[in-house]
Amino acid sequence: MFYAFAAVAVIASLLVIAQRNPIYSVLLLIASFGALSGLYVLLEAPFVAVIQIIVYAGAIMVLFLFVVMLLNAPHEDTDFDERTHPLLRPGPMRLGGLLAVALVLELIWALSVGAGAGRFGIGAATSVAAIGRMLFTDYAFAFEVTSVLILVAMVGAVVLARKEGAR
Amino acid sequence: MTSAPLEYYLMLSAVLFCIGTAGVFVRRNLITILLSIEIMLNAVNLAFVAFGRMHGRADGQIIVFFVMTVAAAEAAVGLAIIISLFRHRESLNPDSFTELKW
Repeated sequence: MFYAFAAVAVIASLLVIAQRNPIYSVLLLIASFGALSGLYVLLEAPFVAVIQIIVYAGAIMVLFLFVVMLLNAPHEDTDFDERTHPLLRPGPMRLGGLLAVALVLELIWALSVGAGAGRFGIGAATSVAAIGRMLFTDYAFAFEVTSVLILVAMVGAVVLARKEGAR
Repeated sequence: MTSAPLEYYLMLSAVLFCIGTAGVFVRRNLITILLSIEIMLNAVNLAFVAFGRMHGRADGQIIVFFVMTVAAAEAAVGLAIIISLFRHRESLNPDSFTELKW
């Protein structure tokens, strides 16, 4: 099961990067999130799996899809992007590629150093009741700050997306 | 129920994170860049849940909850900025937004 979900997640994420049309990218990302949700079930975290589907695939991706269709710009990066392969472009793109290679090397190093450390324990504290209890006791302050963050983001989004003449 | 060991989940998380990073570097479309950031956040979430499962505690899942909240806020504000930019320039290419003021 792990390999099936992992393969779906990796392939869908790669196709998200490779797509020209943002609508296909968003739909493929929903598929990737579905596979990740299955992985959360395998990790005995059903709460996170359900939240992944509802919040990510249901709310955030619909927001993305809404904006993509609102802007109605399917093939955006045309005159600049189609001419040359991105990695062959000069200057900053080469630096970006170098940074990406450095990141990959660092991750490989970290995984090789930490290999053999992980065995999953027997019991898993994954009931929704336990999560809720911790959320409202140990993490109560962070929870309240999160609500303020959501409020600020909401007001900011309304102000930023407002039409110019409407003030 | 979990058949694969922890390292496999961490490797998958690393691969997904690298895919997201490559997307941010390579793509020249603001919406696709935001989607790549979402991929990176999800890779980190997977690592959090895997570590939390290894220790048998719920802390990892609570952190994932907070990361999702931040991702939602980031997506809302980022998309609002994209809409505002698109009204100005009719373009989603970040290379057409090189001026600080217009």
